[in-house]
Amino acid sequence: MIYQGKQKIWSDYQKEIPDDKWYYVRSCIRQNFFPASEKMFMEICRNVLGKDIYENEHHTTCGGIAYHCDTIPQETVMTIVARQFALMTEAGYENYVASCITSFGNYTEILETWNEFPELEAKIRELLWKACRKEFKKPKHLAHSSDLIFKFRNEIAEKAKFLLVNKETGEPLKVVEHIGCHYSKMFPSKGVGGAEYPYVLTGMVESWGGNIIDYPERRHCCGYGFRQYHVKANRGYSISNTHKKFESMAPYKPDMIITNCPGCPYFLDRWQYVIAEMEGKTYGQNGFGIPVFTYEEVAGLVLGYDPWDLGLQLHQTAVEPLLDKIGIEYDPEQKYKGLDRKDIMRPELPKTMKCF
Amino acid sequence: MNGFGFKLSPSSAINLDKIDRTLFDELCRIEPDALRCMACGSCTATCTASGLSGMSVRKMLLNLQRGKVNETVRMISGCMLCGKCTMVCPRGIKTRRLILTVSRLYKKEEQV
Amino acid sequence: MKEIIAIIGGGIAGMEAAAQLLKFGHAPIIIEKGERLGGHVARWNRLFPDLTPAGELIERLTEACKEASIFLNTEVSLVNRLRDGYNIVLSNGITISTKYILMTTGFKMFEASKKEEYGYGIYNNVVTNSDLENWFNGNRDERIDSSSMKTIGFVHCVGSRDEKAGNGQCSKVCCITAIKQAIELKEMYPDAQIYCFYMDLRLFGKKFEDFYTKAQRDHGIHFIRGRVSEVSENIDGKLIVKAEDTLLGKPLKVTLDLLVLMSGMTCNPDSSRLASMISLPTDSDRFLKSEDNITHITSSPKKGVFYAGACTGPKTVPETLAEARSAALDIHFKIQES
Repeated sequence: MIYQGKQKIWSDYQKEIPDDKWYYVRSCIRQNFFPASEKMFMEICRNVLGKDIYENEHHTTCGGIAYHCDTIPQETVMTIVARQFALMTEAGYENYVASCITSFGNYTEILETWNEFPELEAKIRELLWKACRKEFKKPKHLAHSSDLIFKFRNEIAEKAKFLLVNKETGEPLKVVEHIGCHYSKMFPSKGVGGAEYPYVLTGMVESWGGNIIDYPERRHCCGYGFRQYHVKANRGYSISNTHKKFESMAPYKPDMIITNCPGCPYFLDRWQYVIAEMEGKTYGQNGFGIPVFTYEEVAGLVLGYDPWDLGLQLHQTAVEPLLDKIGIEYDPEQKYKGLDRKDIMRPELPKTMKCF
Repeated sequence: MNGFGFKLSPSSAINLDKIDRTLFDELCRIEPDALRCMACGSCTATCTASGLSGMSVRKMLLNLQRGKVNETVRMISGCMLCGKCTMVCPRGIKTRRLILTVSRLYKKEEQV
Repeated sequence: MKEIIAIIGGGIAGMEAAAQLLKFGHAPIIIEKGERLGGHVARWNRLFPDLTPAGELIERLTEACKEASIFLNTEVSLVNRLRDGYNIVLSNGITISTKYILMTTGFKMFEASKKEEYGYGIYNNVVTNSDLENWFNGNRDERIDSSSMKTIGFVHCVGSRDEKAGNGQCSKVCCITAIKQAIELKEMYPDAQIYCFYMDLRLFGKKFEDFYTKAQRDHGIHFIRGRVSEVSENIDGKLIVKAEDTLLGKPLKVTLDLLVLMSGMTCNPDSSRLASMISLPTDSDRFLKSEDNITHITSSPKKGVFYAGACTGPKTVPETLAEARSAALDIHFKIQES
């Protein structure tokens, strides 16, 4: 691997990310899967970086899931998106930040489509007006929330309580980064670092002390693939893709996986349990899986937040092996206590993959 | 194992790293013509059996090089040895003789 | 008085044309931006289809054009249109006044790193056709590990027939060059498995098809119809390439010790710059546009301006030499007419 070659590509794909004053829209599913990630993002933006970030309870899905599952036409998705933009415009913001990768891809695709076909944009404006008497300005900047954490990765590193370093050996942790397909595969120029060698997560990991692994199936889909998972008859394709990735990364013995998409961490996390049950195989050390994180969770760990406040007890693949490697303290007794110290109950433990 | 209702799907992808070339190399030693096919498909187009049993000399040569031995041996059992493919081959590959040699070499393999 | 002809570009087209014009008694001036004559061919090792050393051709051409005025390390700064000719201002301060300009500006090799998915400049064992020729010439290349040459791949059409890369045209010479280089490597490493990934094999020239048959039958080189979609590196530092075997209709992958990218020919930006100075038209492929693509390949629509070689599109060496002679003849007759 010639690192300078990648740096050249990274320098070719610079993206303008605004400094401040962001309008934030959440993902449909992330709060269920990784409940503290979006909360952590707001916490970092507001209280760690001191930025103006606004969100509005009236926003809805962007329509991306339905669009990618082929259940609604693109004009419908565009009208939903137009309404989101109207909410941003009403709130007086111009920089639109999406939490979800598919939303980000969806917004990018729609803005590019309107660029190519202004008559379609005019039609959507008319539809929005007829439907809910709203008007909108297009965002001046569109970013994914991982773009913002990337932009401020060094500020986060300066405030770090922990680094992605093995406390016993002093060696950087070996980190697999996984980028959601809709981040830059459709529009390489809209992603930090492009589509073949994206830099958005690599940059964070480098700033926070870890080493990135470039394994052969790095570019492969996590396996979710919308219709592959949602249709049960196709679910074998979903897990097969995930399996392919794990088989490919296994020789590198990764310590952790970092992701920037709602679906990817979910499938990389949950499918490890299913593969263990089906194949009797685990990919971490000593019978554990490889811990999988969202970038907000990793940022939270680096900044010294309590792992259980970051919602890491909801991961299927145990995170403790990673916490131990870094030397992050945690109270096992508190793992299944909710925010108000209420018992949230213990899950049944799987047979094959160790999960504490 | 839990009954998930789905399982890992086998991949149909060809992995060239894992292909055993011993028999094909042996075939090429006996019949160097086995390497000369340019995949024009005239053999299949003219074949008496192709439309009925899927027989194709072009596919036979390609499949063997991609490690698909069993289905190839099954396929060539549909050949009637009429020799029409030999007539049309623009490179003059002695296809009929090739089929017989493949049959002889690979038959043993299939039974394993 | 002898007639001056400004030949812009000192590759094989410029050298051959100068040699012919000298024979007709004229005074060609070769303007070459590099430090020596011979262009791309001078950096090549052997030429298809007879494996003729490229050096022999360059030596012969150098001898034949040595009486011409030759400016090396010299660029054209400006071309002014006069009433009856052109003023060419050179970077060395000299100005040439002439009625005749012969454009032999050639081509630029496609930058393989633009095809990011192939990892040129990123993965350790990815080289181009041109890097391989350089290595054949005895120059060291740390990307080519001669102690480990068990599996080698060639990707045809890198930046050719690729609209997204901005080059829709076929570069013509890559198919036969890949076969030539595959045979050369197979002769050096007889136990190696060599795979050529092609979209179409375009073997149009004299003896090219023989060469292909020879590669198949005598050297056992594998031809896989399918374009490589992506390259990655495994934990041992070996390359993994993915393609579809389109004749089988199945995805395919293979681990390689070396991958050679057949970088194609793109229009030389120098040609475009000069063309804009004297309003020469360019064709849809961005190469210079001939007066007629069948009958007058070597003529431009401008009076006194002629073309030879790859400035009008990808050409083989014999095609380039033939055009150079043809252009020289055209210029000679034009001189005689006036």
